[in-house]
Amino acid sequence: MDLFEEARFRKAKHNTRRHFLRNCMSGLGALALGSMVDGNLWAHNRFTNPKPHFAPRAKHVIFLHMAGAPSQLELFDYKPLLEELDGQSCPPSLLEGKRFAFIRGVPKMLGPQSTFSQHGASGAWVSDYLPKFSEVVDEVCFLKAVHTDEFNHAPAQFFMHTGSPRTGRPCMGSWVTYGLGSESQDLPGFVVLISRGAPTSGKRVWGSGFLPTIHQGVQCRSEGEPVLNLENPEGISRDDRKATIEAINAINQLEHEAVGDPEILTRISQYELAFKMQASVPGVMDISKEPDYIKELYGINDSDNAFSRNCLLARRLVEKGVRFVQLYDRAWDAHGAGPGNGVGAGMRESCAYIDQGLRALILDLKQRGMLNETLIVWGGEFGRTPMMEARTGKGFLGRDHHSDAFTMFMAGGGIKGGMTYGETDEIGFSGINGRVHVHDLQATILHQLGLDHEKLTYRFQGRDFRLTDVHGHVVQSILT
Amino acid sequence: MKKYSSHHVGIVFVLMLLAGSCQNDRTISFNDDIRPILNDKCLRCHGGVRASGGFSLLFETDAFDTTDTGRPAIVRGNHAKSTLYQRLVSEDPELRMPQDGDPLSETEIEKIARWIDEGAVWEEHWAYLPPTQIETPSVPENDSIHNEIDVFVQESLKARGLAASAKADTLTIIRRLYLDLLGLPPESRDVHKIEIGVQREGWESLIDSLLASPHFGESWASMWLDLARYADTKGYEKDSNREIWRYRDWVIKAFNDDMPFDQFTIAQLAGDLLPNPKEEQLIATAFHRNAIANDEGGTDDEEFRVASVIDRVNTTYEVWQGATMSCVQCHNHPYDPFRNEDYYTSMAYFNNVVDRDLYNEQPKLLSYTGETSEYVAEQVQWINTHLPDPYLLEPNSNIRATYEALLDSLDYTYLEAEEFQSSGNYIELIWPDLDMVWQVMDSNWVKFDSIDFTDVESMGFYAATALHHAGDISIHLDSLDSEEIGRIAIRKTGEWDGWQFSRPPQDLVKEFKTSIQSVSGIHDVYFRFWLGDTYIQHLFYLDRIFFYKKAAPWKNLNPDIQKRIKDLSFIKPTTTPILQELGKDKSRKTYLYERGSWLSPGEEVKPGLPGILEGNTPAPGDRLSFAEWLVSPANPLTARVIVNRVWEKLFGRGIVETSEDFGTQGSPPSHPELLDWLSRKLVDDFDWRLKPLIKLIVQSHTYQQGSAVQPQLYDLDPNNVWLSHYPRTRLSAEIIRDQILGTSGLLNPEIGGPSVIIPELNIQSSFIPHWALTDEENLYRRTLYIFWKRTDPFADMITFDSPDRTVCTSRRVTTNTPLQALNLLNDEIYFEAATTMARDFYRSGQDMEEVISKMYRHTTLRDITPQRLEYLMNFYTQMLDSEDAKQSRQSSREEYALSLVANVLYNLDEFVTKS
Repeated sequence: MDLFEEARFRKAKHNTRRHFLRNCMSGLGALALGSMVDGNLWAHNRFTNPKPHFAPRAKHVIFLHMAGAPSQLELFDYKPLLEELDGQSCPPSLLEGKRFAFIRGVPKMLGPQSTFSQHGASGAWVSDYLPKFSEVVDEVCFLKAVHTDEFNHAPAQFFMHTGSPRTGRPCMGSWVTYGLGSESQDLPGFVVLISRGAPTSGKRVWGSGFLPTIHQGVQCRSEGEPVLNLENPEGISRDDRKATIEAINAINQLEHEAVGDPEILTRISQYELAFKMQASVPGVMDISKEPDYIKELYGINDSDNAFSRNCLLARRLVEKGVRFVQLYDRAWDAHGAGPGNGVGAGMRESCAYIDQGLRALILDLKQRGMLNETLIVWGGEFGRTPMMEARTGKGFLGRDHHSDAFTMFMAGGGIKGGMTYGETDEIGFSGINGRVHVHDLQATILHQLGLDHEKLTYRFQGRDFRLTDVHGHVVQSILT
Repeated sequence: MKKYSSHHVGIVFVLMLLAGSCQNDRTISFNDDIRPILNDKCLRCHGGVRASGGFSLLFETDAFDTTDTGRPAIVRGNHAKSTLYQRLVSEDPELRMPQDGDPLSETEIEKIARWIDEGAVWEEHWAYLPPTQIETPSVPENDSIHNEIDVFVQESLKARGLAASAKADTLTIIRRLYLDLLGLPPESRDVHKIEIGVQREGWESLIDSLLASPHFGESWASMWLDLARYADTKGYEKDSNREIWRYRDWVIKAFNDDMPFDQFTIAQLAGDLLPNPKEEQLIATAFHRNAIANDEGGTDDEEFRVASVIDRVNTTYEVWQGATMSCVQCHNHPYDPFRNEDYYTSMAYFNNVVDRDLYNEQPKLLSYTGETSEYVAEQVQWINTHLPDPYLLEPNSNIRATYEALLDSLDYTYLEAEEFQSSGNYIELIWPDLDMVWQVMDSNWVKFDSIDFTDVESMGFYAATALHHAGDISIHLDSLDSEEIGRIAIRKTGEWDGWQFSRPPQDLVKEFKTSIQSVSGIHDVYFRFWLGDTYIQHLFYLDRIFFYKKAAPWKNLNPDIQKRIKDLSFIKPTTTPILQELGKDKSRKTYLYERGSWLSPGEEVKPGLPGILEGNTPAPGDRLSFAEWLVSPANPLTARVIVNRVWEKLFGRGIVETSEDFGTQGSPPSHPELLDWLSRKLVDDFDWRLKPLIKLIVQSHTYQQGSAVQPQLYDLDPNNVWLSHYPRTRLSAEIIRDQILGTSGLLNPEIGGPSVIIPELNIQSSFIPHWALTDEENLYRRTLYIFWKRTDPFADMITFDSPDRTVCTSRRVTTNTPLQALNLLNDEIYFEAATTMARDFYRSGQDMEEVISKMYRHTTLRDITPQRLEYLMNFYTQMLDSEDAKQSRQSSREEYALSLVANVLYNLDEFVTKS
């Protein structure tokens, strides 16, 4: 780390420390500690709190990632011509110079397997796979011509979240807490929730890469222990845990008096925070006390739909000040490799799983007046081809991975509702206008949070790294 | 000086005033005075990435070269005539530099003017100059000066009005030594003996015994494995398993044997090119096979081959030169004197290795290890003695080689299907062991190079499928499109659970035999796969291909021997991916990639060194000479960089704090003379051996002084750069866990062997490779043996700041988070350790004050203070009466309460910190 970097890092530590001292000290001579910290120790610090580069439009992000990549051609990108071409051989011009993960030879075109109609005042096209979601399209801005560099799941997931197809870079949630800090006093700033399996890219996709690990995503689980090691060992009550932490902190305080290392103060506050998290995390994760009409809205009063529950948890977390909530739902690959793995019945089922939760999240945030400060992002790591992939030859229709054009949507957080941005060609193969690269999407998300994606940097291995590498333009036309 | 415009006169006047007030006699130093200004204010536009106006200040030649104005910007000896100066003081906002920033301060401008007037003498950055010959200081008789290190350190303390602290107490130093040298606490009963030993004989014998301990290598290997980005999986999407643990054991042994660092370097970078390399020297080259690799379908092997070569260049420069070369891949280094082409001339050394991101990781070294090795040796011996005409087996330390020689002599010839040298796009191997070809699709193929077909009459394909007629295999020589010389249909061998995705049981792998047209000579052979009557996900699994030769001697052996030979062939050897150089006829050319992209090759380049490091030495011709150059006297950096790493491990911070970057953007050395003196000492006196270097450092007073901080020091030296006290540092993830296991008595101290999978890793059983250890005995092994899955590493490691080992990492950034607190408080194994330790101590005495004092001392290697004892006794009493204690399943309330005291001890700052 060079000096600048060192200072940035100290700043991160400093803020955490100050924050905890200010907010989290309970009865351990907070006054004395506070004055010591503010008095001389950090006099060398050139920086103040992490803060946005300019006025933010959104305070929180809820990113709903459909891992495996849903087909845009069955959901939002309606292509009547594709319907007509169904079953015909793909024109060779489309295949030239393209690489696919699994398609070989000359494939056949595949028409949409769903039925489309227009919805809302905006007249957005949504298929019958998402009947409930289609009621809220006027809150949503569709990006129809998103494109990525990667055509395999894990690299594309890394690309979507870290800006690089390789592991080792910080993900968006980490960048955001690094840039903005956390608003919550007793919860991590970046939380990850998973339904129907973890993404293929593994936990590193919410890792902090080369940023300090305090910025990594904390996975909260809605069943069992909500956070790793959050629960006391069997047979230890909260009272005894409290006494344990008091004993630890009392002795650490003695050590601090003896050796004066300020790091000990941080440790004291982290133990306090750990103790608070033991209460606050299960509290926020416990949705049993939500009123019935809310449970009904999300459709979880008589079902254990994990995606819906995660949507509700996301709202609760955001409400408590969590900066970035990342959802992963993994059931979206659709090669037609067997029942449940295609764009027909299989995908219809997958959509039914998320339909109500999606609508509920948008409506719930809106009714609480939180939608304008919460940015919702929905999408997969890439899209699917207009060509058919029929791996088994047994009648399960599928589509291959496709990086050139796919649909994502955003809502709230200073994004125009009832809008469609970008357009693909007649068969949905390539974007013809309003193309949005993944780095553009990232730049836009950061922008809404008040961060300039070119200024949010971190030096590692002698180079300043950014989420958007050396690319990315904010998509200005979709901002309110 | 002739004529000045009025504002120039003003400036000059100010300059003269300033000059008068400064120490005018001191010559301006480029490195101390000028370079920091240029780096900070100028290089962004006039550096390696951009040279606006045709002017760059990165290299001396460029700085004094003609710019776009048609003349040089610096006129030596005359600042007024130098455009560099004129543009700094210009009042025209369009001309004044820096263009978009604030003007330079008057002092800065004055320094530049004086520097030009004094002749604009250019100096290279300190790190690129050879270590200076530092005179060994005389060591005065003094309690606080044990050796030369203390003289250097205390001189710089004195210059800043600071002083060293008094020596720490004996127990504290003992703890430091154990944690730094072994990464483990002392075994319990030894502590008092150790103290007495030190009091009687001084420190040296303890230090020597620790340096001789086999746990020394484990502890220092941990540091090296971050640099080597060692892991048990390949990274990227599938993150398939990679069996490479013998490299880890090689590193441990190298540290234990105190292998000189020059040999250590050469073995890892080019062991394969040494004359008649030994097995160990080949295993050492796995250093660079730790680069991540991609097994996903449809990816371009060449793209990821190039990516791994690039990773090797970056890693080599970071590890041995403290240089950040990754910038140079796309353009000149923005701040350091590395040119874009330097990257590719360096890359040329690494571009001719055989491996190319193949699924099967070829080339690999095959060996048998542990008990398997003994068993195979026994069997080979038995078979040989029972042959009608025993072959004279050449004794070989690698039993695998002996075994292969035996098979050769019997003409017993087969290929493992997964060991192909190239394949069609969508071939995949079945996990967890990647030991069968799996994703066999219609018209897909695999190819094996240089197979001798002389006398081959027929071939046997060991395959498995649950489909009726799954498909055909056709055999082609030298070209995929050549006429087939044989063909075989693969039919149902049986059914098993999840047959589409999971490895068939070995008894369902059947042989399908076909005769082939007779051909002779050596050929590349292609096997092509064709659709049968059904197709679900893939066609069949292919395990092995057998070649039946006319009159093969093995056919005449009795069935018992034949069976033993066959059984033996199914025993899996340990595999280690290694480096191997392509033959001259197959060598690759290296090109400069435009903007760093492998898809845009530019000019061809030859192997060579970065100009700045080249000095007068001729460029090394190959990878071996490159490695030799790294550790030759001509190299200014290697010794400094490794000395700095050793220092960093012992003091928590290097003499150069940025141990990954010795360039101009890195931090300058706090003690440059000490660094150079130690570097010279390492090479000249210690012959590159690290143990004597470590011994010298840990014997110094600087290492042995106390760690308490006087409050006023936070103003004078907040980061303890000058070492007025021993720096307190948080222990590493490995040491924290090992220390808990060690103090509780749970630790299994066995050294080396395959990586260990523990339940906490949550690895699905279908992902566990056959070679990993999973049994109970191994649950409490040292942390460095725990299986390292790159996409989902051991949470305890990541929580305590370990990198994920995707790329080389020099330094771990220490954080302090609530997740760490939760980990230490509640982790199941850690709580088990607390309970175990408490049980042992509970049985050791009656008086609870005494028991707690002993347990505290055992855990922290300190004597308990009265106040701590009071706190812990109060806590103990409180816990005795708690509801939990009454309900506890432990045998008594006392044990319950004491286990919570142990839990407290494992969470104390003094336990997780080295002080």
